[in-house]
Amino acid sequence: MSTNKVIHALYNDDDILMDAVKKVRAEHHHIEEVFCPFPVHGLDKAMGLAPTRLAITAFLYGITGLGVAVWLTWYTMIADWPQDIGGKPNFTWAANMPAFVPILFELTVFFAAHLMVITFYMRSRLWPFKEAENPDPRTTDDHFLMEVPVHGNEEELVALLQSTGAVEINVVETH
Amino acid sequence: MSSHYESSYREPLVLGNKTYHDITEDIARPIEGKANKNWYIAFYISLAAMLWGFGCIFYTVGTGIGVWGLSKNIGWAWDITNFVWWVGIGHAGTLISAVLLLFRQKWRMAINRSAEAMTIFAVFQAGLFPIIHMGRPWNGYWVLPIPNQFGSLWVNFNSPLLWDVFAISTYLSVSLVFWWTGLLPDFAMIRDRAVKPFQKKIYALLSFGWSGRAKDWQRFEEVSLVLAGLATPLVLSVHTIVSMDFATSINPGWHSTIFPPYFVAGAIFSGFAMVQTLLGIMRKVTNMEAYITRLHVEYMNIVIILTGGIVAVAYATEFFIAWYTGSPYENYTYLSFGAEAGAYGWAFWSLLICNIFTPQLLWFKKIRRSFIWSFIISIVINIGMWFERFDIIAIVLSKGQLPSTWWRFEPTFVDVGIFIGTIGFFFVLFLLYARTFPVIAQAEVKTILKSSGEHYKKLREENNEH
Repeated sequence: MSTNKVIHALYNDDDILMDAVKKVRAEHHHIEEVFCPFPVHGLDKAMGLAPTRLAITAFLYGITGLGVAVWLTWYTMIADWPQDIGGKPNFTWAANMPAFVPILFELTVFFAAHLMVITFYMRSRLWPFKEAENPDPRTTDDHFLMEVPVHGNEEELVALLQSTGAVEINVVETH
Repeated sequence: MSSHYESSYREPLVLGNKTYHDITEDIARPIEGKANKNWYIAFYISLAAMLWGFGCIFYTVGTGIGVWGLSKNIGWAWDITNFVWWVGIGHAGTLISAVLLLFRQKWRMAINRSAEAMTIFAVFQAGLFPIIHMGRPWNGYWVLPIPNQFGSLWVNFNSPLLWDVFAISTYLSVSLVFWWTGLLPDFAMIRDRAVKPFQKKIYALLSFGWSGRAKDWQRFEEVSLVLAGLATPLVLSVHTIVSMDFATSINPGWHSTIFPPYFVAGAIFSGFAMVQTLLGIMRKVTNMEAYITRLHVEYMNIVIILTGGIVAVAYATEFFIAWYTGSPYENYTYLSFGAEAGAYGWAFWSLLICNIFTPQLLWFKKIRRSFIWSFIISIVINIGMWFERFDIIAIVLSKGQLPSTWWRFEPTFVDVGIFIGTIGFFFVLFLLYARTFPVIAQAEVKTILKSSGEHYKKLREENNEH
C-alpha cells in the first residue's frame, strides 16, 4: 500500500498566512488545501483557485423558476379551469399577467435561492451526518492550516514553511 | 496590517483587547455554560404564555371562530392585526442581513444572526394566524396549487391572499436557508470545541461536516452575496403583498396606492424596534457587551428615525387625503377627523404618540446612544406598530357605508390569549436559540476584528498608520 506524506503548516494570523501562501506558490510548490476559521479575502486568488460559478447557476435556476411560474399560472387559470372572478374572465395569459407578477417573482426567487444552496451543499460536499474533514480542530477557532504534499522534498519544504512564520509544522502520512 | 485600513475616526465595533480565540470563547460560552436564573424566569413565563395561547387555539379550532370577537362586518380583527404585526417584525432580520451585506456595512456582523433568528420565529407566529383563521386548518393545504379531491379546482392566482401564501412561504424558507447556511461555520466551531460526546454529535450533525476549506469559503461568500441579492427584493415584496390584502379591496381607507411603500417602511420600523428590544436583552443575558456596542444601538436607531419619518409622512398623507377628498366615507378611516374624535380615539392617539412623537427623542444623541432609552423606545414603537394595524382594521371596518353595519369590535379572552400565546411562543424559541446556537456570527466578526477592533485601531494609531 502506497502512502503519501503531507505537511500541515499552522499559522495564527491571516496576514502571515496570505504572505506564506504567496511565497510557497512563488517557489512552485503545490498547495493542496488551506483550512480557515473565517473567510480570508483574496486567499482564493493567492492560491490560484478558479472563481466559483454558483452565481451563474442561481441565474439559471431563477429562469427555471420563472418558467415554472408562467406555466403554472397559465395552466391553472387559463387552460385547465378558467374562472370568471368578479366579472373579469380569464381569456389569455397576457391579459391576466399583471395579476400574476407577484407569483412570477416569488417562484423565481424561490427556485434561485433553494436550488443554488442545494448546489452549494452538493459541490462542497456538505450534508447532515457528513464527517468533518479539517485535520486540526483549531482551524475552526483561530488557526489556519496549509496542507502541502511532499514529493521527496520534505526537508526543503519544512525549511521553507518555517521561514514563512508557521507556528507549528507537522509531517503527516495520509492513505 | 495595512490591508485592514479603516479611518481612525470610526468607532470600534469590537471592544476590548480581543483576539480571534477570545471571540470563539465569548460566543461559545452561553452554549457551553449553564443558564442563569434570569433565563429560567424568562423561559417559564414565556412557556406559560405559550401554553395558554395553544389552549386558546385548540378552543378556537374545536368550537369555531365564533369564540373570537368578530362579526359580519369585522371579519378579521386581532388575527390580521397580529399577522401583519408579526410579519413586520420579521422584516428587520433579513434586512440587516441582506441589505446591509450588500452595502458592506460592518456593523451588521454582530447582530445579524439574532436578527435572522428573530425573522424566522416572527414569521412562524405570523403564519399561525391565517391558518387558524381558516377555522378548519386541516384543510389548509387547499391554498397550495396541487390537484385535489374535487377534480381540477385550482387556487386563484389573481388573489392577494394567495400571493400572501407564496410571499410568506418563500420569505420564510429563503430566510431559513440564509440563516442556516450562515450558521454552518459557527456550528463547526462549537463541534470542534465540544467535550461532551453527545454535544459533539449534535453539533457535528448540525454543521453538515463544515471543514472550512478555502474553496468552501469562496463558495460560501458567493452564496451569501447572491442570497442577499435575492432576499433584498424579497423583503420589499413580502410587505408590499401583505399591504395588497387591504389595498386591492374597495374599502375607503384601505383602497390606497400609498400602502405598499408605507407598509414596507412600517415593517422595517417595527422590525428594527424588535431587534433593538431583543439585542438589549441578549447582550445582558449572554454577556455580549463587547460585541453589541453603543455604536450598533445608535446605527439601528438611525434606521428607526429614517423609517419612522417615512411612516410619519404616510400618516400625514392619509389624514390629509381623508379630509381633502370631501367624501363622507373617508371620514371614518383610521387616520381622519372621525377616527381622532370617535369611539376609537384612544387607539388613534396611541398610534400617534407611540409611532410619531416618541421616536423623535432619538434625534438627541444622548438618548440615541443610551441602551436603556433605546430599549424603552423600542418597546413603545412595538406597541405603536401594533396599534397601527389595529387602527387600520378595526376603525375602518367599524364604520361601514351603511349605519346598519356600524359595529364596535371588542376582543374576547380567546383573541387576547392567542396573541399573548404567540408572544410567549416567540420568546420560548428565542430563549432556546440563545442557549443552543451561536448568537453572533463569530466567523464574520473575526473578519472585521483587525479593521474595527478597538485594540487593533489603537495599535494602528500608535504606529501612526492612518
